[in-house]
Amino acid sequence: MFGEAFEKKVDEMVARYPQPRGAVMPLLHMVQEEEGYVSPEAEAWIAQRLGLAPAYVHGVTTFYTMYRTSKQGRYLLQLCTTVSCMLRGCDNVLEHIKQRLGIEEGETTADGTFTLVTVECLGSCGTAPMMQVNDDYYEDLDIERVDALLDALERGERPEPGPGPCRVLVE
Amino acid sequence: MDKVLTRLVGVEGSRTLEVARRHGAYKSLEAAVKLDPAEIVEKVKASGLRGRGGAGFPTGVKMSFMPKEPTPERPNYLICNADESEPGTFKDRVIIEEDPHLLIEGCLISSFAMRCSCAFIYIRGEYTLGARVLEQAVAEAKAAGLVGKNIFASGWDCDVVVHRGAGAYICGEETALMDSLEGGRGNPRLKPPFPAQAGLYGCPTTINNVETLANLPAIIERGPEWFAGIGRNERNTGPKLYCVSGHVKRPGVYELPISTPLMEIIDEHCGGLLREGSRLKAVIPGGSSVPVLRAEECQDLPMDYDAVAERGSMLGSAAVMVMDHTTDMVKVMARLSHFYAHESCGQCTPCREGTPWLEKIFQRILRGEGRPEDLDLLESVASHMQGTTICPLADAAAMPARSFISKFRDEFEHYIQHGRSAVAAG
Repeated sequence: MFGEAFEKKVDEMVARYPQPRGAVMPLLHMVQEEEGYVSPEAEAWIAQRLGLAPAYVHGVTTFYTMYRTSKQGRYLLQLCTTVSCMLRGCDNVLEHIKQRLGIEEGETTADGTFTLVTVECLGSCGTAPMMQVNDDYYEDLDIERVDALLDALERGERPEPGPGPCRVLVE
Repeated sequence: MDKVLTRLVGVEGSRTLEVARRHGAYKSLEAAVKLDPAEIVEKVKASGLRGRGGAGFPTGVKMSFMPKEPTPERPNYLICNADESEPGTFKDRVIIEEDPHLLIEGCLISSFAMRCSCAFIYIRGEYTLGARVLEQAVAEAKAAGLVGKNIFASGWDCDVVVHRGAGAYICGEETALMDSLEGGRGNPRLKPPFPAQAGLYGCPTTINNVETLANLPAIIERGPEWFAGIGRNERNTGPKLYCVSGHVKRPGVYELPISTPLMEIIDEHCGGLLREGSRLKAVIPGGSSVPVLRAEECQDLPMDYDAVAERGSMLGSAAVMVMDHTTDMVKVMARLSHFYAHESCGQCTPCREGTPWLEKIFQRILRGEGRPEDLDLLESVASHMQGTTICPLADAAAMPARSFISKFRDEFEHYIQHGRSAVAAG
């Protein structure tokens, strides 16, 4: 599955753990990186590779929110709405994104570009509100910054993430 | 106080082994492996270091619980808990992203002291940058012979493995973390047996927070007396990372001597409240799971384990969430209750059923559909959750619920009587 380099990385992953089962989570991350989600076929393949039942692997997949069992938009917008972000205005940001994209939480734009979800605290509370786009953290958001970010993503660019948690430490 | 945990923040190339070593990385490890493991444990005990993840258990005492003669069939393991997920907390992320070698060195010193053959770093899945930085740092350390076989010619072997979580708050609980690391769903285990008796794969295991481990190199280098000299008394020692969020001018991570007064953190370090003319209303001092403090309870409060506990809350992860007088406490509570309902693993009935009930009732009060009996009902549900489950998630949901209602009861009653916020009504 997914070619030779992938298989080699799988072998390396399995070797890291005292028992093969330990590699379930890293393998789920790896197949999701390849396909954008975890398909039943991928679960069956992992199960076979590690000597587990497919139902067991599916049980792990569905326990963790980061593993997705269906295809998402090209950009998965994950807006944090927990308390620190709420105190700094994430609800306005959420409303704005919904209006602009014409979708509700959990939905994907018709062209398949954006999927919007809200998530629980991502550890970016000093730079709230924030949104994770695929792997990247975009912080200190306001409506202007969100618009600039979405504009850039629509053009196929990847703006510099950040600014990260260290601002007051380097001042 | 000169910086210990954040001294490389802002230094160009701080993630690389070369720059880290230029600033003294791994010198403490080199010194440590020349000591008897028991000597290191005694130093950590003498430093007074307590767990920085939330529980505040003395780190040296925890180390001493591990078997002194592990066997190849039953090795000792160290797990570094980097699953930083407590709402309001973003301090470990700074160490991981900016000074990964400090963390790896701390893991190795602890592993040597406890005769571990492998240290696992369990990092929350969303910290993809942190995981990449750590993987790279471990690879560099391995290539330089600092991780692996015969470290500093001591005859001791130790591997370091980075493991990514996948978005489950419960995996920050140490026994759920072990289930997850073994490749399972993160369901907490009953204690006893404690991890030091039967932990990861049934082997003796110690789990420490990132910040806890990152303190070890300095304790070896500067000595336990130096460490114990920072702080209010011998039970509250060392440098501490405070993460401040909410209504302050300069939110962020601050490295300060433990016991720094809360109002000094807010007014001086963070530049005061965000909006001119606003007044402090409340502070959650240690992450969302601890009881909230009213403004008057925040005065003259040294931010350490014992002082915050005496005030009826907890230092927790030292995640300080600041709320000014415009804050709708009912809305904050409803938001928090959603978090716990979302994150319950579903294993224990009082938590699986109780957390959504709390959310449902808080949400209906927020919608203006609260009933006169709701506050008593919430109190009843919360009291049946506390102390009745395998892990503390149910307590973590119940404690803020009870403290919000008891300390801001008038706001909840206003919602129930008038169907809207007392705050918005002015």
